[in-house]
Amino acid sequence: MPDVRALARAFRENTPAGDSADFLRKRFDAGLAWVHYPEGLGGLGAARSQQAIVEEELAGTPSNDPRRIGIGLGMAAPTILRHGTDAQKQRFLRPLWTGEELWCQLFSEPGAGSDLAGLATRAVRDGDGWRITGQKVWTSMAHHARWAILLARTDPELPKHRGLTYFVCDMTAPGVDVRPLRQLTGEAEFNEVFLTDVFLPDDLRLGAVGEGWAVARTTLMNERVSIGGGATPRGGGLIGVLTDLWKTDPGVRSAAAQDEMMRLWVAAEAARLTGERVRQQLAAGEPGPEGSAVKLAFAELAQKITGLELELRGADGLRHDDWTMRRGELVDFEGRSPTYRWLRAKGTSIEGGTSEILRNIIAERVLGLPAEPRTDTTVPWRELPR
Amino acid sequence: MNLLYSADEESLRDSLRALLRSRSWSPDDGFDPDVWRLLTAELGVTGLIIPEKLGGAGATLREAALVMEELGRFLAPVPYLGCAVMATVALRVTGDTQILTRIADGSACAALAVPFAGPLPPVSVVDGALTGRVQSVADAMVADTLLVPASDGGLWEVAADGPGVVRVPVVSLDVTRPLVDLTFDGAPGRPIGPADRAVAAAFTAGSALLASEQLGVAEWCLDTTVDYAKTRLQFGRPIGSFQAVKHRLADVWVSVTQSRAVARYAAGAVSGPDDDLGGTEQRLAAALAQSHCGPAAVRAAEECVQLHGGIGFTWEHPAHLYLKRAKTTSIALGTAPAHRHALATLLTLDAAALTEPS
Ligand SMILES: Cc1cc2nc3c(=O)[nH]c(=O)nc-3n(C[C@H](O)[C@H](O)[C@H](O)COP(=O)(O)OP(=O)(O)OC[C@H]3O[C@@H](n4cnc5c(N)ncnc54)[C@H](O)[C@@H]3O)c2cc1C
Repeated sequence: MPDVRALARAFRENTPAGDSADFLRKRFDAGLAWVHYPEGLGGLGAARSQQAIVEEELAGTPSNDPRRIGIGLGMAAPTILRHGTDAQKQRFLRPLWTGEELWCQLFSEPGAGSDLAGLATRAVRDGDGWRITGQKVWTSMAHHARWAILLARTDPELPKHRGLTYFVCDMTAPGVDVRPLRQLTGEAEFNEVFLTDVFLPDDLRLGAVGEGWAVARTTLMNERVSIGGGATPRGGGLIGVLTDLWKTDPGVRSAAAQDEMMRLWVAAEAARLTGERVRQQLAAGEPGPEGSAVKLAFAELAQKITGLELELRGADGLRHDDWTMRRGELVDFEGRSPTYRWLRAKGTSIEGGTSEILRNIIAERVLGLPAEPRTDTTVPWRELPR
Repeated sequence: MNLLYSADEESLRDSLRALLRSRSWSPDDGFDPDVWRLLTAELGVTGLIIPEKLGGAGATLREAALVMEELGRFLAPVPYLGCAVMATVALRVTGDTQILTRIADGSACAALAVPFAGPLPPVSVVDGALTGRVQSVADAMVADTLLVPASDGGLWEVAADGPGVVRVPVVSLDVTRPLVDLTFDGAPGRPIGPADRAVAAAFTAGSALLASEQLGVAEWCLDTTVDYAKTRLQFGRPIGSFQAVKHRLADVWVSVTQSRAVARYAAGAVSGPDDDLGGTEQRLAAALAQSHCGPAAVRAAEECVQLHGGIGFTWEHPAHLYLKRAKTTSIALGTAPAHRHALATLLTLDAAALTEPS
């Protein structure tokens, strides 16, 4: 086992913190980006838990906002690491981690959300590459992304899960058209993405042809852990926003509201400890199904806490900060107005798998309850009603 | 803090399951002397948290929490919480060695003479004799030694079958953990130390570890209901394939998963030196544990009854025993609202205290 602390210390002493991007590239090359990744890919092959030591030693040095690079970090990276070729790992992981190249996720379509495997975007062989045509939707941060993880249909004659292939999409390629889609918060974090005859060379394919669903499952498992799965201190995050208000504004305090707030405090702390326990369970590899519990609980809590905050504020809870249409930079639950928080929290039970779908997953994959009778998984995709 | 189970804890779990799995109890069994003897003699778990020099195993409350989890899962009718956790912690804090030695070797069984729902004003003491009533005391019917907090501020040892002590069994909601009403009428006793710190420490440790029992109860309810949902057929398919059933069980699974993290945390938090049991973090962990794990167990037991349909409503099916255990533990050692209020105070969020001019 490498002495992570000594390496981090030595790195800090020997690396001038001048240019931020340069510092991050060096940090990656020193294996101190994500220590549980293999050597040469930003890691040291160490235990995941050792990362905390690195963060401690490098505190105050240039870093990336995890919210800005979250899709790359939480979804693209683990998928590339697990299913990518050596060349793909070498090409993509470093600029992904340093934030020089941002990523987005081209999964959902107008006709395929919860039922992702039913998607219709087509990928057709063209010489040494593929032509992609279709429409994606709800694509967060597509307007900033250099690359996308893309799921497309390569064989419509097979049942839906079997005819999919996973690609890395070049967002600068001709035929990629990103259009903002305004949300109920007034701004546009997400987009519609139209793909028209987009050419992707075959070396942008991730995993084997027809194996797209297996690759996508790696992405989805990781997505659920990355939403709401990060380490926060006790009383931090949204519950901290609420208790700060409670402490500083006597007008919001009452005995009745106190018990409701404490219920949420308890729920937040229980969820936090559960996330902590899930992280302890993670060996360097794949997150287990417990990630679904973390995401499900986070969504419910975020909605309840932000809802109570508006009620506590009473008349002030009737006023919003700004409805200007903007293209969202990052999701900031704590920085903006209480009404923004409350509205944005409504998305948490939809994005990354709806709460209903997560309950299905828990019931069927964790508890082993029988699946609903269904016919859509055995017939060719082409024959399904759409 | 490590929230996982250690290899030692897993092997202790295996031994407990091997012992408990073969047993069955009728709903009228309030105490199984046989299992209690085996827990003492064979596994030595009644003396688990008693120091080695007194004949115990010198383990921490974390390991005792694991015992609570398994006793909860099997609903074993033994006074483990009252004797091997709460009375033992109180005695450790007073510095007693005599009674602890006897608990460790199985020759004594002690209980704190306090109401299971929470502490009350103590029994009066005049010239070394105790007088007063304490109602709804858990694990005291089978105890031979009562530890009585008295009006002089002391904790007194009183022989349970001695003169001046009357024990009247209560018709208890939870028949697997029967309560008694105690009456002391000039009962002779021996002072063993100050009561306040000892009783408070016992309640903190008891609340923290009761969460593990509640986890065991909730897990039994979830596992049993999931098994039933896989095999019970209605409308030509297993009831567990209906989404309305699935989603309820998924929610129970989430709250049980959270209970495990919270119960492990609470057990870890109270596993330091006894002097720390009065600390903010320890009291906070105990209050958190009871705020979360009590209601979670009640919900799991309620879903267990509901999703079993008619059979779940019978005396014959064990679901009702778990329902009664879950509900009574959610009241014992303080209700969830009371613990939430305690949390608010510990976190300096209590409205009344914040508003007071300082
Ligand atoms: C803020 C935000 C950001 C997003 N970012 C991205 C992104 O970057 N990339 C991307 O690809 N996608 C993104 N999404 C899309 C998201 O993954 C989908 O919206 C989601 O999977 C639901 O799909 P849908 O919108 O088609 O709703 P539907 O699947 O049509 O669901 C509608 C309702 O039906 C329920 N439902 C559907 N099927 C079942 C079932 N079997 N059982 C019970 N209930 C069911 C759902 O739970 C939901 O309540 C984002 C969404 C949001 C809100």
